[in-house]
Amino acid sequence: MHAIEKILAKNSGKKSVRTGEIVMAKVDFAQVNDLYLQTIYSFREMNGKKVWDKDRAAFVFDHYAPAPTIKSAQIHKEMREFAGENELTYHFDVNAGVCHQVLTEAGLIYPGAIIVATDSHTTTHGALGAMGTGVGATDMATILISGELWFRVPEIIEIRIEGTPHPGIMPKDVILYIMGQMRADGAVYKAIDFTGSYIDNLGVSERMVLCNMAVEMGAKTAYMQPNEKVLKYAEQRAVRPFEVQYTDEDFQYSESYHFDVTNLSVQVAVPHSVDNVFPLNDTEKVKIDQGFIGTCTGGRLDDLKAGADIIRGKKINKDVRLLIIPASAEVMQEAIVKGYIQDFINAGATISTPGCGPCLSAHEGVLAPGEVCVTASNRNFPGRMGSNKSKIYLASPATVAASALTGYLTNPCDL
Amino acid sequence: METIIKGKVIVLDNNIDTDQIYPGRFLEIVNPQEIGTHCLSGVDENIAKNFKKGDIVVAGTNFGCGSSREHAPIALLNMGASLVLADSFARIFFRNSINLGLPLLVCKGISRVLSDGDEIEVDIVEGTVKILKTGEILQADKIGEYAMSILEAGGIKPLFRERMKG
Ligand code: SF4
Repeated sequence: MHAIEKILAKNSGKKSVRTGEIVMAKVDFAQVNDLYLQTIYSFREMNGKKVWDKDRAAFVFDHYAPAPTIKSAQIHKEMREFAGENELTYHFDVNAGVCHQVLTEAGLIYPGAIIVATDSHTTTHGALGAMGTGVGATDMATILISGELWFRVPEIIEIRIEGTPHPGIMPKDVILYIMGQMRADGAVYKAIDFTGSYIDNLGVSERMVLCNMAVEMGAKTAYMQPNEKVLKYAEQRAVRPFEVQYTDEDFQYSESYHFDVTNLSVQVAVPHSVDNVFPLNDTEKVKIDQGFIGTCTGGRLDDLKAGADIIRGKKINKDVRLLIIPASAEVMQEAIVKGYIQDFINAGATISTPGCGPCLSAHEGVLAPGEVCVTASNRNFPGRMGSNKSKIYLASPATVAASALTGYLTNPCDL
Repeated sequence: METIIKGKVIVLDNNIDTDQIYPGRFLEIVNPQEIGTHCLSGVDENIAKNFKKGDIVVAGTNFGCGSSREHAPIALLNMGASLVLADSFARIFFRNSINLGLPLLVCKGISRVLSDGDEIEVDIVEGTVKILKTGEILQADKIGEYAMSILEAGGIKPLFRERMKG
């Protein structure tokens, strides 16, 4: 069996599971973000009384942090009240950050766990050897009532990545390149296991970038076998003991794809789809209005460092806004201590509260018609960050910073 | 539940994501009817205005990709869609739709044989799609047993309410 199958089997009280089988599995942690007030309504409509386990569910206020409108303030209020009534042990209010990052930092994500959240990017948690998947509000309400969810045991495909890329090539470049090759429907309903020497060497934060974007290929979940760095991180933080699962040697993937990133160049996804990926140097000259470093894809300390290293001592282009939103309060504090935030402010960047920011146009920094943004986030669908008539280029944080300096989409390796 | 559905279709492209089905800027809205009025406004703001109750949405591959927002199927239901047919669906969207009682069928190639305004008759149990103007019958994938039981109960909420009693 694969590690993912072992996780599903263990949580559904079975010795083994097979592909296609529907299992009822226990959820180790359930998380609701602030777009999903409907979860509470569905919970009540289904006669839910109390959350099944007060240590295993939490709300995270990230999309509207802090509340920009009266309606979103009301959403927060009702969620706070519900969390209070249910005496939930963990609660992440507007001072916390993006859900996937804050749960990881809080030690609620660890190898072998099943994590379900009302957010498609829950695939991120494969970075720690957990099985993370996203659901809608009503599915989530059934979990809050019962602690379980039905899963179809997925086909598992292998994406093997070998090689050590050149300096300046970030995990974001790697995953954009793979997206371009696999396409946006390359893994619909399947689980992706990332393997290979490139993955073996990555730390937690870098791994999260790849697993985060697995959902952009349609994947149900992503997985990476924990390495030393992951185990150390989890051992320091995990709130309870955990068991790492290992894939059997004779396991057969349903499909296998191999990539070598040794000579990879800087990549960019051009509007309006995540798989519309080209080497940056092959794209025409693109003038930008806004750069954005942040989100559950590109707002961690590594990402801020990459940006700060490029802009330090310089000024951003006068026609560009550069928006910096650390993924969490912890990231923000570390970035302050390391001086990155000061570097960004000196360069003329705008710093904002940890959270999702304009990633899905629910908060600060949205785009006007005709504007162009280069961003370290994960989606460039039409209207994703504001007007339907704006344009979004997905790139690494280094590329965002380089572009903010010149005012044009710019390869950080060429500076 | 009605298992034979007859109606006119609107035909959409491949990779229609949840931001196109229901743009993020409307996510604060909780009133279902109001949600319905913004349905597919990321594709064209006039679609919901001109949509007749009972009509059918047809799309290409990977319909509903993107976020896990339930607003997407809620919007489709409240715009009056009786059914969604597509070459393929994104996973979370598929689960959400079943949970909310919106029937949907995978029918490979469907988006290429139909055009806006064509009338079809669909048997959602058998998975057959009859194109009325030509009489041609296409075979869609059948909905799995567990999903069908949720649809028959009118969505997962009634099913769970029963379970909470017992
Ligand atoms: S940062 Fe963006 S992608 Fe991540 S959870 Fe927030 S809105 Fe979703």
